[in-house]
Amino acid sequence: MTAAWILIAAPAAAGLAGLLVRRRAAAAWLGYAGPAAALACAVAAATANPRTAVVLADFGTVRVWAALDLAPGACAVAVAAAAVSLLVQLYSAAYLRDDPRYAPFAAQVNLFCAAMLLVVAADDLVLLLIGWEVMGACSYLLIAHYATLPQAPGAAAKAFLVTRFGDVAFVLGVMVLGTAAGTFRISALTAVPEGAAAAAMLLILFGCIGKSAQFPLQIWLPPAMAGPTPVSALIHAATMVAAGAYVLTRLLPVWPPGLLLVVAVVAAVTMVGAGLCALAARDVKGVLAWSTVSQVGFMFAAVAVAAGDSALFHLVSHAAFKGLLFLTAGVVIALAGTDGSLARTRLRPGDSRLVFWAMTIGLAAMAGLPPLGGFYSKEAVLGAAYEAATPAGVVVFWAGTGASILTAAYAARLWLLLFWRGGSGEARPAVPRAESFSLWALTVATVAVGALYYAGPFEVPVLHLDLMALLLLATLGGFAITGDSWWRDRPGRRTGEPVGDRDPARVLGRAREAFAEGLYAERLAAKATVGLAAAASAAATALDVRLVDRTAVEGSARAALAAADGTAAGHRGGLVRYLRLSAAGTLVVAVVAIGVGLWT
Amino acid sequence: MLVLAVALPAVGALAVWGLRRRPEAHWIGAGAAGFGFAAVALLPVGRGSGAWFAADGELTGGWWHQVAIDWAPSLHLEFSLAVDGISWTLALLTALLGVLCCVHNAIGAERRAADLLGADRSASAPLQVPAGTFETGGPPQGPDRVLGLRTGDRASAPLQEPPATVETEGPSPAASRAGGVPAGRDPASGSLQEPPGSFATGGPFPAAAPVHGVPAGAAGDGPESTEWHSPVLTALLLAVQAASTLVFLADNLVLFFIAFEAVLLPMWAIIHRYGDPAARRRAAAKFALFTVAGSLLMATGLFAAVADTGTADLGAIILHGGVSGDASLLVFALLALGFAVKAPLWPLHSWLPDAHTAAPTVGSVLLAGVLLKLGTYGLIRVAGGLAPDGAAAAAPVLAVLAALGILVAGLVCLRLPEIKRLIAYSSVGHMGFVVLAFAAGTEAGIRAALFGNLAHGLVTPLLFFLAGALKARTHTGSLAALGGLRLAAPALAGLLGFAALASLGLPGLAGFWGEAFTVYAAAERGGAWLALAAAAAFGAFLAAAYLLRMLRHVSHGPVAPAALGIGDVSGAEAAVWAPLVAGTLLLGLVPGPLLDLFSEGLL
Repeated sequence: MTAAWILIAAPAAAGLAGLLVRRRAAAAWLGYAGPAAALACAVAAATANPRTAVVLADFGTVRVWAALDLAPGACAVAVAAAAVSLLVQLYSAAYLRDDPRYAPFAAQVNLFCAAMLLVVAADDLVLLLIGWEVMGACSYLLIAHYATLPQAPGAAAKAFLVTRFGDVAFVLGVMVLGTAAGTFRISALTAVPEGAAAAAMLLILFGCIGKSAQFPLQIWLPPAMAGPTPVSALIHAATMVAAGAYVLTRLLPVWPPGLLLVVAVVAAVTMVGAGLCALAARDVKGVLAWSTVSQVGFMFAAVAVAAGDSALFHLVSHAAFKGLLFLTAGVVIALAGTDGSLARTRLRPGDSRLVFWAMTIGLAAMAGLPPLGGFYSKEAVLGAAYEAATPAGVVVFWAGTGASILTAAYAARLWLLLFWRGGSGEARPAVPRAESFSLWALTVATVAVGALYYAGPFEVPVLHLDLMALLLLATLGGFAITGDSWWRDRPGRRTGEPVGDRDPARVLGRAREAFAEGLYAERLAAKATVGLAAAASAAATALDVRLVDRTAVEGSARAALAAADGTAAGHRGGLVRYLRLSAAGTLVVAVVAIGVGLWT
Repeated sequence: MLVLAVALPAVGALAVWGLRRRPEAHWIGAGAAGFGFAAVALLPVGRGSGAWFAADGELTGGWWHQVAIDWAPSLHLEFSLAVDGISWTLALLTALLGVLCCVHNAIGAERRAADLLGADRSASAPLQVPAGTFETGGPPQGPDRVLGLRTGDRASAPLQEPPATVETEGPSPAASRAGGVPAGRDPASGSLQEPPGSFATGGPFPAAAPVHGVPAGAAGDGPESTEWHSPVLTALLLAVQAASTLVFLADNLVLFFIAFEAVLLPMWAIIHRYGDPAARRRAAAKFALFTVAGSLLMATGLFAAVADTGTADLGAIILHGGVSGDASLLVFALLALGFAVKAPLWPLHSWLPDAHTAAPTVGSVLLAGVLLKLGTYGLIRVAGGLAPDGAAAAAPVLAVLAALGILVAGLVCLRLPEIKRLIAYSSVGHMGFVVLAFAAGTEAGIRAALFGNLAHGLVTPLLFFLAGALKARTHTGSLAALGGLRLAAPALAGLLGFAALASLGLPGLAGFWGEAFTVYAAAERGGAWLALAAAAAFGAFLAAAYLLRMLRHVSHGPVAPAALGIGDVSGAEAAVWAPLVAGTLLLGLVPGPLLDLFSEGLL
């Protein structure tokens, strides 16, 4: 079944070739061909579920296998990743139509896609690690795409370094697991000693937290919005951010059950915290970025109750609606001609019917309105938590319910602020055909992905009527919070007051500023890291240059010179001095000789 | 073939030096290096025909080929060469870098000559003045003084050199009987003696300097302009290549030592003569003194081993399990000290940043790609092979120093203001990984060490080539003065990004396997070694931090004044760099064959 490798090889080859191409048309065709071939291969694999393995590297005591395992769940994720990549390629060909650096961009998207598919398909932890880190490096390149944007390089470096910091733990965890099990094959990781498994999984969890931007490593994601909007869609929808949750589901059999509570706490804090931040965020992409963090928290929640398939189901449905939301947001910002800040970005529903409905459907799916995909997948996650009678289940169930309220609230806020404040009334340019095709496709996917609940590869809990009622109530409660604030602040109600900020984020009160800034975590972390790095680096330099180089090395050279001078002076001096030196020297030699004689 | 691999570059060195006034000298050198590369590349043909050894009743592999010619039996000195998977890969790397450096040099010289011919005469006239001075053997002035060599025999230097060469064969008397070299010149067929000999007499240099390579800007209008691309530099490169190949192929401990020392002198000359004028003399002296001090300790260890076992045959000693138990730790400590200087292991590394920063581009490439490998190769094969018990006993010390080196180098790199110095310091970290993996001592560890060693030999030379190209274009290496390379020269920036990613150990590129499995090997040992594994993993994070910092300064942001209007990668440059890029990708994607080669190596 080596044909399965086409899944990864096609986009990788297209990406590598694309790096050498200068012409725009060729770059675009390579850009489409890679993910299209991968998509075809992934769909084909969904029927055959191939497995393949050859030895990649033999380190004597352990082997690394080039092993792929396309189980049904993996195939579904692969299809989602390849499809989103393909739509992003189509979209960005239009979106970056005036960008001279389009060719490397398309190539990097392809490499990114190949790396994600490798993570999805790999059956060997080291092979997975390859995809994992190549994806990080590609995200660095893609976020830094805009050469003239001053904050882009910093944001890109931050994304790479924070995820790489998580990878320190991830690599250690993989290696500990490998030494304990004697293999890196995920399918062969059965008999791992409890202690080693616990240590390794906690380390790997930290790596996944970094990649998935969960608490406390969520700091890289909001600045990563400096990249082009299609990149945000790619990173957030089906790939990098979701990869952490995906890897955790693959390793669920290794988890010591007691430790899942750690995942539950991480998921709970992230879901609620990121939801609050999304409610306060000041620009369109900021809302979507924080919402991603919160939604991936739902996937972690499913992992915490050992419901891997629920997590994957939410991953796939999230890929559809978040891809749709980001791509639509790109069009919205372009139509409004702003930088994306909520204060200035406003349209009217009539400006572009497609954009309005795409955004509406995407937000409704995110909020969890039936019968859209988001409703089913969220129900699956909370249902699994409801059924799991563990402390972890209790934690994530209530946190998930709270986060559902918040989700509905910030989705409604974004919708109201974007479309119902009245636009400026200018003529809007038409949406390019390639972009609208991507929007159409993702809209259909968002609506249809719920069908996977009935006929999909996932084993998810059956629908609970009481849970559905609770979820709907939570969603309506979220809408009510936002709607209430919006209604109170409607123009003309308090006469005499200027109608300005109608932002429902006012419900957060004084904490609004703090949440809008992500609780200042990013700034604090940046300051702390920079300060710490500067201090450590200065100390190391002092140690290295002052102590080792100047004192030990050059000092020994100086000492040798001084000794030489001294000896020369001794020889040049008068007879008395020479005799004195000789006598002293003889004495020393004699003492040493006697000492050695006595000792032996 | 074994002898040819050593002899071809050696003969080439002589030929280039002899023909240094001819315009084609560069290409003769490149050709000699190319033939040397071909000879090394052909070594696997008919492998296994060499002797196979039985150890513990099992066939554990052995040399592919062996050559032994008596030289000075009373000194245990024998011209004996042997090759297996471990030494072959390193010899191949050496030969590859030798070819690339020679071609780089030749292209550079041609371009300069073309530039000077094309440019207006008035601009180039002042540059020619020192050249004239040299050719007439006039009074020492200007750059000449920098040589610091005896000036007495300058006037007659060109005439005196053959006798001078013979006279200076003292340190290794029988070199001329080295046998394998079919060259017609009887006195100097040993690969090693010629360039060192030449140096001691100071003969060739004054005459050689100006010849074809046009000393553009020798008077010093910028640090990079002192890269003269002189044919003598090519000759020195070939000498380094020949001597290093001999180190990797030597099967006799005394021969190994001679070759090890012989690398030092041409390298010293490359730094001293062609380096950055501000720092080259000091850096060269530091490099030479440091390394000599180390290799004297190493020599003591080698002779102790020879005395203990009664033979100087490296393969035989390794197969018999090394020296006897009592002497093991002493021998290992002496050898390890010597190799640790060369490798370099923290805290014996402080010669390296100075030498790298001061050396010309090709010098840095060879230093990083070849000289550091001598240290690690010696540590793994010679020190580890001669005294396995001592190695096991000393492993914790080595491992702690290596881990410290990884961390300290990473932290220091975070604030270095100069690109070449940054790359040089990063080598300390990478070599720390190699030593740590070796110290872990497990099977995976040894293979990771060998792999990391080789990968560093591809990636860091590429970084030095790129940094050299960057400095030649922008006339500065200061990170603060650079910027916007992505806009000014996208291909160069792309390659720099690729090399940086490879250097930070991105999986899928060559650097990954060595570093990741260093962590694995340390984790395998368990206990306190886990802390070292964590340190190594954190070191990889620091590598990402300082390399991204470098990219941010160099590639991103608005175009700096220094980078305005610089040319992008030329076809010739791309041709020189392409093998390194391809090798990095290939090793990263298909590590299996190389690891299999290591697994059958003799350790």
